[in-house]
Amino acid sequence: MSLLDVKNLKTSYGPVNVLAGVSFTVEPGETYALVGESGSGKTTVIRAIAGLAPAQEGSVKFDGREIRGASERELRPLRKDIAMMFQDPVGSLSPRLTIRSLITEPYRIQGMKDRDLDAEAKRLLEMVNLPAHFADRYPYQLSGGQARRVGVARALALEPKLILADEPTAGLDVSVQGELLNLMNDLRERLGLAMVIITHNLNVVRHVADRMGIMYLGRLVEEGTTEAIFKEPRHPYTRCLLSANPEPDPDARLERIALKGEPPSLLRRPKGCEFRERCPFAQEVCSQTPQWEVENGHGLRCLAPLS
Amino acid sequence: MTDTLLEIDRLSVDYETARGDLKALRDISFDVRKGEIVGIVGESGCGKSTLISSILRLTAPNTRFRQGEVRFKGQDLLQLPERKMRDLRGADISIVFQDPMQTHNPVLSIGQQMLDIQHRSKAPKADKRARAAQMLGAVGIPDPEARLNQFPHEFSGGMRQRIAIAMALMSEPDLLIADEPTTALDATLEVQIIERLQELQQEFNCAILFISHHLGVIAELCDRVVVMYAGAVVESGEVREIFHDPKHPYTRRLIDCDPGHIKERARVLPTIPGEVPDLANLPGGCIFRDRCDQAMPRCAAEVPPLTQLKDGHHAACWLNHKEAAE
Repeated sequence: MSLLDVKNLKTSYGPVNVLAGVSFTVEPGETYALVGESGSGKTTVIRAIAGLAPAQEGSVKFDGREIRGASERELRPLRKDIAMMFQDPVGSLSPRLTIRSLITEPYRIQGMKDRDLDAEAKRLLEMVNLPAHFADRYPYQLSGGQARRVGVARALALEPKLILADEPTAGLDVSVQGELLNLMNDLRERLGLAMVIITHNLNVVRHVADRMGIMYLGRLVEEGTTEAIFKEPRHPYTRCLLSANPEPDPDARLERIALKGEPPSLLRRPKGCEFRERCPFAQEVCSQTPQWEVENGHGLRCLAPLS
Repeated sequence: MTDTLLEIDRLSVDYETARGDLKALRDISFDVRKGEIVGIVGESGCGKSTLISSILRLTAPNTRFRQGEVRFKGQDLLQLPERKMRDLRGADISIVFQDPMQTHNPVLSIGQQMLDIQHRSKAPKADKRARAAQMLGAVGIPDPEARLNQFPHEFSGGMRQRIAIAMALMSEPDLLIADEPTTALDATLEVQIIERLQELQQEFNCAILFISHHLGVIAELCDRVVVMYAGAVVESGEVREIFHDPKHPYTRRLIDCDPGHIKERARVLPTIPGEVPDLANLPGGCIFRDRCDQAMPRCAAEVPPLTQLKDGHHAACWLNHKEAAE
């Protein structure tokens, strides 16, 4: 049984159809990356899993239990198992609480009164390689990288089975980005954590994710192992995304595939294949609506796939 | 030296703070030639922002210029009266900021804002409007005439950044400063902006000072690169030299850290342990020595000077001095 099983998840805000049916699974200990442009619905997916965004249709099963539409009361015990790392590292920490209060807040929320909070704070800081005296600091006294690690410590406090991480390395310097990714890789192995990571940094995905899903306009258009997708992307959108990644080598010869224009408005979804208008490989058949098809564990929504 | 546009010459800038003087820039020297794209690479706290605000003289009130000159077409901008400086800003030197969502005035139409920035021109309003539409077209905004009537919130982030570029280029400046213009954008839009900048640079023949911490973008776009660390230039040179034959350990390790380099999945990614030193309380000697894996006794004793190693390739490291290494 999968740890997380998302099926046909749909979210609309009024007339704006943000998620048009998203399905994927995450196994225990696995890292799954959701990739796509701004507005593709990545963040809404994980917020809906955590019960922080509405989902009108579909199902989210965690450990076999349906959690979509659960009440706040039903969700609270589940939040021990599903932790979230938010995108803005400093903004997600209350400026008036010390780091000690921030990372031990989950114990208070869960009513775990028997815990020695000082000892827990020390243990958590050590786990994310921050010195113990950081417990007395306030968020404004931290650098971006340190704030991220506090975010990791807080997410780990209740020993979750699943971490939902929204752009965990956005805004970090390259030298610090590596430290955070190493830390997350290490913790994942030691604690057997499963993760869903959202990012638009493909260089990061390659090093942390086992499998990845590519989203476009609130739908998955391709899914497979990270290795397979980097090696042989089959959906033209995936190919465009991968080719848009600048190489840190002035002599790199880039076979760049230009993506035309910008994503269409969610209020006026194109007919047929929704990527058709921007697709450099579009054919006549693309005026029909492509279905999701899975072959050897590789999912694809395209009528004219690349080989 | 007739083709030199901007010369930063031994510039040192402090911020006066309650903790004492924060030495934000120390002995910065580099130049930008006409029509050239120079990239400035550096991580948080390296002094990129102080450098830009010093060039434009838009510094905070507690800024002190300790030494050096910022010569633009031979004229020291630090000595220029404010009135003359105002004439220069936006006309000869213009800037594109990092966050396209906050660059524009939310309550004025894009057309109105593009008219306003032509306040120096005496041309009739209809001409200015036509010019604005032409610039929007040049940065690839479809149907520019109609879109002049729209407000910033009606445009996407990528479009807003392109509009910011259109505005910055409208007065055909000699120097365009681009302060991390693609950081807030998706990779696909980042590519669009870079390619657009390259085209426009050809068309307008302006020099671009491109600030970024994204090595991939720098490698793709720039002719020359200046690497900064903790308020100092540690290395500068032609882009191929910097990426293929870095002569400063910081540059070398920064390039190693970029996961874009590592094609196979790595369990442990390279990092640079340690932190940037406190600029209000600088240690003596080389500023990078605490984090450097090749530090020698001399690195603690003396600040290594920025010396020319090859034609145009400068580095500030004792490793490049034979007698010191022995």
